[in-house]
Amino acid sequence: MTDATGPHDAMRLLIIEDDRDAADYLVRAFRETGHVADHAADGEEGLAMALDGDYDVLIVDRMLPKRDGLSVIGELRAKKIQTPVLILSALGQVDDRVKGLRAGGDDYLPKPYSFSELLARVEVLSRRRGGRNEETVYRVGDLELDRLSHRVTRGKEEIILQPREFRLLEYLMKHAGQVVTRTMLLENVWDYHFDPQTNVIDVHISRLRSKIDKGFSQPLLHTIRGAGYMIRDGSRN
Amino acid sequence: MTALGKLFRTTAFKLTLVYLTVFALFAFFLLGYFALNTKRLFTEQVTEAVDAEITGLVDHFNAGGIRRLTFVVEARSRRPGSSLYLVTTPGSDGLAGNVGSLPTGALDKPGWSETVYRRIEESESSELHRALARVYHLPGGFKILVGRDLEERDRLFQVVLNAGKWSAAVVIVLGLAGGFFVARRVLHRVDAMTETTRSIMGGNLSGRLPVAGSGDEIDRLALNLNEMLARIEALMRGLKEVSDNIAHDLKTPLTRLRNRAEEALRTSRSEQDYRAALEATIEESDSLIKTFNALLMIARAESGQARDNMVECDAAEAAQDVGELYEPLAEEQGLSLEVDAPAAVLLHGNRELISQALANLVDNAIKYAGPMAKANGIPSVVTVQARADGDRVLLSVGDRGPGIPESERGRAVERFVRLEKSRTIPGSGLGLSLASAVAHLHGGELRLEDNAPGLRAVMVLPRGGPLPAATPAQTGATERV
Repeated sequence: MTDATGPHDAMRLLIIEDDRDAADYLVRAFRETGHVADHAADGEEGLAMALDGDYDVLIVDRMLPKRDGLSVIGELRAKKIQTPVLILSALGQVDDRVKGLRAGGDDYLPKPYSFSELLARVEVLSRRRGGRNEETVYRVGDLELDRLSHRVTRGKEEIILQPREFRLLEYLMKHAGQVVTRTMLLENVWDYHFDPQTNVIDVHISRLRSKIDKGFSQPLLHTIRGAGYMIRDGSRN
Repeated sequence: MTALGKLFRTTAFKLTLVYLTVFALFAFFLLGYFALNTKRLFTEQVTEAVDAEITGLVDHFNAGGIRRLTFVVEARSRRPGSSLYLVTTPGSDGLAGNVGSLPTGALDKPGWSETVYRRIEESESSELHRALARVYHLPGGFKILVGRDLEERDRLFQVVLNAGKWSAAVVIVLGLAGGFFVARRVLHRVDAMTETTRSIMGGNLSGRLPVAGSGDEIDRLALNLNEMLARIEALMRGLKEVSDNIAHDLKTPLTRLRNRAEEALRTSRSEQDYRAALEATIEESDSLIKTFNALLMIARAESGQARDNMVECDAAEAAQDVGELYEPLAEEQGLSLEVDAPAAVLLHGNRELISQALANLVDNAIKYAGPMAKANGIPSVVTVQARADGDRVLLSVGDRGPGIPESERGRAVERFVRLEKSRTIPGSGLGLSLASAVAHLHGGELRLEDNAPGLRAVMVLPRGGPLPAATPAQTGATERV
C-alpha cells in the first residue's frame, strides 16, 4: 500500500464564498489543520483563480455574486479542468444535490455543516487524484480485502462479512488513513441522503469492528471523536 | 356613463352586435330576394297574358277587319280590372280602348315598354299611372296597345318593403335589448367575482366565488377557481401552522442552548468545563439542524415539489434496505427486526423519500418498543412489511410497543405532536408527520392501526403514483395539509 498523500500532507484549497465570516472561518480552520486555503469572494474572481492556481480541491458556494457557483463549475469543466469540487449550499434537498453533482460537482454538503465533516470530505476528494480506485486488493496492516473475489482476511484468518458489511469495510479501506464521517458512510454505502434520527451507523461499525478487530492485539478501526471513523494501521503511526 | 360604457365593452354585448348585424343582413337579403322574384313572376304573367291577347286581337282583325277589332276592344275595355287597351289609326287617333292619354311617341315603336298613362275617364290633371304595355302595328298602319296597370305590383312591392323595414326595426330593438340584458347579467356575475377576488387578494382567504348553480361555463370556471382557492388556503394554513410550530418548538431548544452557554460562562472554572459546555452546545445545535431539515423536508413533500423526481422503484427493496440499516440497532435494543418483503413490489415514487419515511417509522418503533422489551425482559419483534394490495402498495412497520390509543391517532400524525407518554423519549416528534407527508406526496395516506398489541403504521401508496391532475386538489380538500 502506498500512502503518498497522507491526511497531513498539506492541501491547496480555494474557497469561493461570498459570506465574509464563513469564508474567514474556513480559511482559518483549514490553516489550523495544516492546509493552504485561498479565498475568492465572487464567482468571477473564483473562476479566474481556479483557472490559474493549481488547487487540490475547490470549495464552491452555490449562490455567488457575479457568477453562480454551478456556472463556475460548468465553465471549469468545459475548459477541461478536473480539479475536484465540493459544493457548499444552503439548498440541502436531494434534488438540489443531484443538480449540483450533475453540473460537475464531486460532492455536495448542505449548510450548516460541521468543519470536521467538511474536512473529511475535502480530504477524500483530494485523495481521489491518487488513483486508489484501480487497486483490486486493499491492505491495511494485516487486513486484506479483495474487491474481485469479495474475500476478506486478517492474518491467515478469513473473515465472513455480510454484503453490506463488505461494502462498509471496502469504503473505509479505500479511504484508509482518512477520517470518514457517518454521513459519508450513509451516502456511499447505503446511498441514503437523509439523516436517520438515531446513529444507526455506530451500531454497524461496532458490528464490523467485532468481526475484524476482536481477538487481535492491534485494532485497525478507530473512532475519531466528534468526526467519524478511520481505518489505519496503528503500528505505523 | 362609465357603467354603460363597461356594458358596451362586454364580450356578450359585442357578440350580440355581431349576431344582430348578421341577422339583419340575412333578413334584408331574404326579403330582397323575395321581392325581386315576385316582381319577375308578375312581369312574366303579364307578358304571357298580353301576348296571348294580342294574338287573339290580331286574329279578330284578320277575320273582321278594323271594325271587328274595335268592337271587341270596346267590349273588353268596359270590363273592370287592370287591363288596358288602345286601338289607333295610323295617325295615332284613338279608335277604341280605355286609355285616355299616353306620352307622345309611345306608340311609334312596336314592342314592350313600361309607360305612364291616364284612363279615358280621368281628367288631364289627375295623376299618371304606371303600366307595362306592348304595342303592335297591324297591317294598314293601325296600332294596338295592350297592357296591364302596375299599381298592384307596386303595392305588393311596397308591402314587402314595409315588412322588411318593420322586421328590421323589431330585430334591432329586440337584439339590442337582449344583448343589453345578457351583457348586464354576465357583467353582474363577473363583477361579483371580481369583488370576491379583490377581497381574497386583500387577505380574506376563506372567500369563495359565487356559483349561480346553473352549471354554465361561468359556474364551471367559478367552481374550478374555488377548488384552487381551497388548495391555496389549505397550503397557507399549513404554512402558518408550520411557522407557528417552528416558533413554538424551536424556541424551546434554542432557549436551552442559550441557557447552557450562559451557565457555562457563569460557572465554568476549568478549560475542561468550557470544553464540555461547548460540546453540549454543538450537540444541541446539531439536533436543532436535524429538526429543521425534517421540517423543510415535510414542507417540501407537502407542497408537492418532489413529484418531478418520481421513477419506478421497488418498495420491497426499500423495505429490505431500511430493515438492514436498522437491524443491528434493533438487536442492540433487545428487539428482533423482521423484513417481510418476499417479492418485488414496484411503484411510481421517490425511493429516497419512501426510504426516509420508512426509516422514521422503524426508528419510532425501536424507540418505543425497545424500552418496553427491555423492561419486560421479553424480546419483541418489529416487522417491516412491503406487499401489493390490488393497485396499492402497503408499506408497514409494526411493533409490540405501547401503541397509540385510537382517540390520539389522528393527532399523533401532526407535526411536533409528542403524546404525553412519550415526552421522555428523545426525538423531534416529526417522524409520523414526515411519513404522512411522504404518503400524501405519493397520493396515498398514512394509517395508524392497532397491532394488538402495539402500533402498526401503514403507508398506503397507489402503485401508479399520484394522479397528476386530481391529487393536489383532493389532498388539499379532504386531508390535513
